[in-house]
Order: sequence, then structure tokens, then C-alpha cells
Amino acid sequence: MENLIIAGRTFRSRLFMGTGKFSSPQAMVEALEASQCEMVTVAVRRVDLDNPHDPMMEAIDWKRFFLLPNTSGARNADEAVRVARLARAATGTNWVKLEVTPDPRNLLPDPVDTLEATIRLIKEGFIVLPYMPADPILARRLEDAGAAAVMPLGAPIGTKRGIRTRDAIEMIIENASVPVVVDAGIGAPSHAAEAMEMGADAVLVNTAVAVARDPKRIAAAFHLGVIAGREARLSGMAGTSAPEASSPLDGLL
Amino acid sequence: MKGIDTTKSFEELVKALDLNNLEEQLNHPQSLREDDLHNPDFHGFIRLLTPKTDAELETMAHTASRITRERFGRVIQLYAPLYISNECINGCTYCGFRHDSDAHRVTLTDDEVMEEAEALHETGFRHILLVSGEHRGKVPPERIARLARRVKRRFPSVAIEIYPLRTVEEYRTMVESGVENITLYQETYLPDYYEKYHPSGPKRDYSFRLAALDRAGAAGFARLNVGALLGLAPWRVDSALTGYHAAYLAKKFWKSVVAISTPRMVDAHEGITPPFPANDRALIQAVLSYRIAFPDSPIVVSTREPAPLRNRLALLGATTMSAGSKTEPGGYTHGDEHAERQFEVEDQRTPEEVVEDLKRVGVDPVWKDWDGAIG
Repeated sequence: MENLIIAGRTFRSRLFMGTGKFSSPQAMVEALEASQCEMVTVAVRRVDLDNPHDPMMEAIDWKRFFLLPNTSGARNADEAVRVARLARAATGTNWVKLEVTPDPRNLLPDPVDTLEATIRLIKEGFIVLPYMPADPILARRLEDAGAAAVMPLGAPIGTKRGIRTRDAIEMIIENASVPVVVDAGIGAPSHAAEAMEMGADAVLVNTAVAVARDPKRIAAAFHLGVIAGREARLSGMAGTSAPEASSPLDGLL
Repeated sequence: MKGIDTTKSFEELVKALDLNNLEEQLNHPQSLREDDLHNPDFHGFIRLLTPKTDAELETMAHTASRITRERFGRVIQLYAPLYISNECINGCTYCGFRHDSDAHRVTLTDDEVMEEAEALHETGFRHILLVSGEHRGKVPPERIARLARRVKRRFPSVAIEIYPLRTVEEYRTMVESGVENITLYQETYLPDYYEKYHPSGPKRDYSFRLAALDRAGAAGFARLNVGALLGLAPWRVDSALTGYHAAYLAKKFWKSVVAISTPRMVDAHEGITPPFPANDRALIQAVLSYRIAFPDSPIVVSTREPAPLRNRLALLGATTMSAGSKTEPGGYTHGDEHAERQFEVEDQRTPEEVVEDLKRVGVDPVWKDWDGAIG
């Protein structure tokens, strides 16, 4: 499987993993390893940045995994920008997964403040991967603003309801020049495969792994699901609009 | 929850209910309905609270446990209360701090509060709840705001559980001082019982207290925490109205988390016994019903509850727990005999023991789940 490139950095795995909701740091690390992911997102709110022995940060071998801090909990652009700055100061990375979720019940991203925070953070030199509603115009606006990837939701966070925003995500994929990472709602490896078959560049999974009876085992299954979906996409699977190697009219006209 | 009318005040909604009829409905067993397990409306929520068979409770427990796992994960967020003062001008008949008890009264100085806070920080706590009796003279809102600002430098999350403030502006001062979380229990939502238990002091005013979380919501608290003190009145009715209140606030203040606490009355000072005791089965049914009807609401279970029950509730619906609580001012730095306690703590485990027990049942204890950069 060919590599994924975001903001000039190469990733071998197209599965991104979240770190919340696990029963222990050890269960989390085992799942991360089994998933063979590289990109790992961590909520700044959960990390005690003053504590060099924060259990979550200490449990993960950061030589093996790439840290993507996220702004989970931020309710508006100001809060998200503050959290991102804090993450950069504490960890040294300028990558950030932007989450602006004013509604604590469904944790749906705020399109207006997400765009505003993206613009501000890019000005400050961040590499921004915004979590966003599956809105094709917003995806274009975020890309125009300089987002390194766009992360539309399949369904609200934690619901495991799969790709409920299929038509919109297809439009986003069709038009995007930056990687599209389907984030939130992916509840099963088959959902991950579906997103990849649709042409998503990567998927982010957390709840489905963390709350499974055997997180390690399902993490490995997600790894396979992502590969299966990607391979299917590249195979020119019947019924998909995957790009052809050459035009059907080549040399005829 | 569907169908909540927020164009009216919550008191108007309560007044529009026939409380006797509601109690009758709640006491009449109704079989568990499958559709009540999925986002029930207020009527469905009431049906969840009616008497249930063991098998029905088992089904509810499976659902509640699954929802908790999916929405919150296998985690419990820990916090500790810090009592600033046990001075109080109210006469709540069930409370160790009531003005006419011969309790030894203590109001901590700012430095003493910080010593207590440091002791909690050292233990590992990063979420702190500032608690005070009602005494605007000794503990005015400005002082609480000042203390919050100091404590906030060490604690990402600062909550308050104090007397109701008078205006949105007063509450806004708290929010601007870094307090993002407010707990205010109505004690009982039943006006007749409320009047009986609150014979003197400003707390006599049921309506003023009931509307306080509206003032707090308007001031922009990130979290509003409701609760009734189970044991004061028939628990099914108070649980139903607590849920109604939570649903009302959640719709009206869509940016605020609405959390639900389940304090249960244990013997307070001088051996007062709860007039309507809620047994463990009652508490469990209340927690399961809240979880099913409010999938996204944190549920708080304090050290009023014994350790074995808390360990089990961590898997069924609870998301937030205090640990090692001292319910008297100065309790963390001066030992147990410094001042009068508000209530006796059933769960006597140290925070370390709570943490170990949670790990043993497969739950990750979380010390920090908020950040000063957020609010």
C-alpha cells in the first residue's frame, strides 16, 4: 500500500488512533501496537502537562508513534487556539487536530469557529487537521485556508453508527486536494473499509477500539479493514469511480 | 429529551404537574418497554422509574452499562471537595452545618484554603470542588471568586458548591474567575417537603433556589450539576423531577454539560435519620434510569456511598467520583477533628485505594479531564 503524505510527512499506516476511553494505559498501548498505526491523537485536556510522568503520555513510546495533539473540549475558536498553543509549548509539535465542539451532547463541530481557528492557527505556523461537519463547501474553505487535511465526520463522535454522511463525504473526496480523513462514527472495521473504498485517504478510530471487550484484537481487525478498503479502492473495484489508469478514449479522438 | 418546553420557567413546568398524580404513576409498576431504553421522553423516563422486577433491572443495567462504556469509556473522573467554611445561616433540618446546631464553626483563611488545595494537589487531584455553607458575611461571593482564581493556578478544573447567587452577573464573576462547573442541589423538588426541611434562612425560598441554575447557565458555566438529596422525600418523585430539571437545563443551555448527582442522605449530625430512606436498589434504579434517559450526562457518585456500591456503579452509569473526601473545613491538613463535618463519609478509602479498586474492576481513574486553557 502506498504511503500517505500529510504536510510533507510520510505515514505508512492509514489508520489513525485516538487514546480516550480505554480501561488502562496498558490496554491503550496494546491496542495502538496491534493497530499498526503511526498517527496517535491525544486530548490535551487529558494530559497533565506539568507532570513529566503523566500516565498516558508516559505509556506511549513516542519514537514509534507520531503525536497529534487535539483540542477536545474547546467550545470556540479562542479556546481551541489557546489549547493548541499550550500543546505546542509543552510537546514541541506544531501539528494539531482541531476540534471545536460547542454542543457537549453530540460533540458536533462548529463550522464557523472551526474555520476561524484554522485560519488563526495556520497564521501562527501550525499544521492544522480540522475535525469538521461533512460539508463539501466547508472542506473547500478549510483547504483554501491551508488545512493540511480535512477530517469530516461519518457520524457523531462515539456513536459507532458508521458512514451516515456518505454522499457529502464522496463530494469532499472528489474535490479535495488535501488528504481526507474520515473521523468519528466508525464503529466497525467494515465501516473503516467502506470509507477507504469510497476513496478516503485515512480513517480515525477511537471508541470502537477502546470499548470493545478485546481492544487489541479489534485494533488488529481495523488495521486489516483499512488495508482491505484501500486495496479495493486501488483495484478499480466495479461500481466505483476510482480513477482509471488511462482514458477510455485515449488515442481515439 | 424530546418535548421539553423551555419558553416557560422550570418552576412553571413543575407547577403544571399534578405531583400527587405523578407519585401515583411512579409507584404503579409498569413493565419495561423496549422503546423506553432508547432516548425516552419524559413519560418514558417516568416509566423507567416505576417499580421493576429483578429481570427488568438487569435489562436496564445492560443498556446503561453499554451506554456508559460507549459515551464515556471505561473511565471514572476523580475530584475532591474542599470545604471553605461550615458557617451557615440556614436551618436545614438534615444538615450538620445548620445554624442552630452546636457545631464547631470554622472558616478557613485564604492561606489555609491554599494549604488544603496543595494537599489535594499532592495527592494527585486536578479537579477541585470548593464548598461553603451559606454565610455571605464570612464567605462573600468576591472571596469565593478570589479563592477560585488562586486555586485555578494549580487545578485545571475548579467547581463550586455554594449558596445560590443572586444575579447572572454574580455568577459571571465566578466563570470569569475560572470556575467552569457549578453544583447546586435542590435537595427536594417537592415544594411541601422543601418547606418543611428548610424552616429558616434564605434557603427557605424554593423558587429562588430552583431558578439559580438558570442564572448560572446564563452566566456561561460549562457544567451545571443538578441533584436531589435522596431520603428527604419519595425518591421516585425526586428522581423524576431531577431528570426533568436536567432535561430543561440541557435544552435551554445547549453549550453546557448537565451533570446529575445522586446524593443519598446518610445520618447527619445528631443522628437524624432520613424520613424516606432510599435503599441501594432505589439508588441503582435511579442511576440506570438517568443513564438511559441522559446518555451524555455525567453522573456523580460521592463518598456518601459505601465502597462496594461505588465500585459497581462505576460500571453501570457513574462517571465521576470524589475520593478520600473530608467534609469539614481544614480536614485535609488538620486531620478529622478540626471542625464539624457536613455529613459522614461512608467510603473511607484513601484516594490511592479508590484508584486501585477502580483499576481492579477494569476502570481507568482519570485525574485530569479539563484544562485551564479551555476555561
